[in-house]
Amino acid sequence: MPARTPLYDWHVAHGARMVDFAGWDMPIQYTTIIQEHQTVRNAAGLFDISHMGRLSFNGADALALIQHVYTNNAATMKDGQVRYGLVCNEQGGVRDDVLVYRWPDQWEMVVNASNRTKIVDWLARHRGSQKVEMIDRTVATCMIAVQGPQALAKCRDLTPADPAQLRYYFAMPTTYRGQPCVVSRTGYTGEDGVEYIVPADQGVAMWEELIGKGASACGLGARDTLRLEAAMPLYGHELGEDFDPLQAGLNWAVKLDKGDFIGRDAILRRKDDPKLRRRVGLELAGKRLAREGSIVLNEGKEIGRVTSGTFGPTVNKAIAMAYLEQGQTKPGTTVAVDVRGKSESARVVPLPFYQRPRQ
Amino acid sequence: MDPKNLRYSATHEWAVLEGGTCTLGITKFAVEQLTDVVYIELPDPGDNVFAGESFGEIESVKAVSDLYSPVDGEVIAINEKLLDDPTLVAQDPFGKGWMVKIKVEPGSNLDKLMTLPQYEKQISEEHH
Repeated sequence: MPARTPLYDWHVAHGARMVDFAGWDMPIQYTTIIQEHQTVRNAAGLFDISHMGRLSFNGADALALIQHVYTNNAATMKDGQVRYGLVCNEQGGVRDDVLVYRWPDQWEMVVNASNRTKIVDWLARHRGSQKVEMIDRTVATCMIAVQGPQALAKCRDLTPADPAQLRYYFAMPTTYRGQPCVVSRTGYTGEDGVEYIVPADQGVAMWEELIGKGASACGLGARDTLRLEAAMPLYGHELGEDFDPLQAGLNWAVKLDKGDFIGRDAILRRKDDPKLRRRVGLELAGKRLAREGSIVLNEGKEIGRVTSGTFGPTVNKAIAMAYLEQGQTKPGTTVAVDVRGKSESARVVPLPFYQRPRQ
Repeated sequence: MDPKNLRYSATHEWAVLEGGTCTLGITKFAVEQLTDVVYIELPDPGDNVFAGESFGEIESVKAVSDLYSPVDGEVIAINEKLLDDPTLVAQDPFGKGWMVKIKVEPGSNLDKLMTLPQYEKQISEEHH
């Protein structure tokens, strides 16, 4: 039976359609995906992301272990900073994409639900005799994302500390109803917003308080269309053990000069390999949607595959991300996508498809 | 159209036969399952359709589904408005959201299709 988050009963009681996602029974939508998508773009949406894995690390060698398995540089992070990066295998393939949090006395890592066990095992294997204690806090805590242009306003009075004082990709410890709480200015929607980690038994109270302040519950369906418009990769689609981070265009999250880490040598070797496909954005001319696995062609020859595709409610177009052969990835290149046996015209476009208006 | 006077397929199309012309659409239940319809593809007038075979497709943000004809015949009209505004199907699946009209052979009937009570029984079983 799939696992349940502390908010499971709330979701069911409020008419959510539940699906098994990475071994968790999660809400895909409460209303419609497009309505929930627009709520996040225009107001404030709430997401239960308690299925994400939350690991904490204590001990003198915690930094050394993280540096060993992580492509970004944790050593240059400030206290309270949050940084995106990849965990790679020896061949340079991506085992997961993660967020690392730095605290004065410990570290935390948020990993994908689908990869949690794999990453816990990987870290345990590479810990060796280092002085690191790793605690999996996933089940003991609840994680809630509040996203959208009105998110900060809804969150102002929720905790003693106002998250508006946080810079983007920073976090701070605070309290919620007297219990320990971490709030970060992070998200996976392309909008401004925050993410909270609270003890599992505080999850429903926090969720209902945010609903009371006018934020709307949103499901994983909208989370997917939102992240796709913002061109954020999703593990299992744009990322996997067969792709290295540079192919995915995540060069900014790979610090080849930070010292050795698992996968570094392989990534260096693959860096200039002309045979490796690269991640691009595609905009389809028509309304039929390219889906994961659709073949991309140029003059009848396969040049790549679609990894995710949907209708982008904000950009109002059929959009997709794909891996294409080098030489075919220039924005403006016209290609064909085989959508269930019929060829549809598409154009390579720069990513992201959507960028929020900056104040 | 009154849902009581329609017949239903296991794949959630509805049909009604009037004077040798069969009108087809999809049910409210089907639309509620899909949500977020973004695109509908219909055949051209003059095309032939065959019972049990796809005559078009309906695409939502989540997934794409084939539309199946419950009868053999020739397409004599399509609801062109759906091509511009597929949300009509969600607004009024049994009325303004009709999809195609098919000329069937004389003597054809819809006896193989479900009545409303039979269809309601199917969806209540599917839903739980």
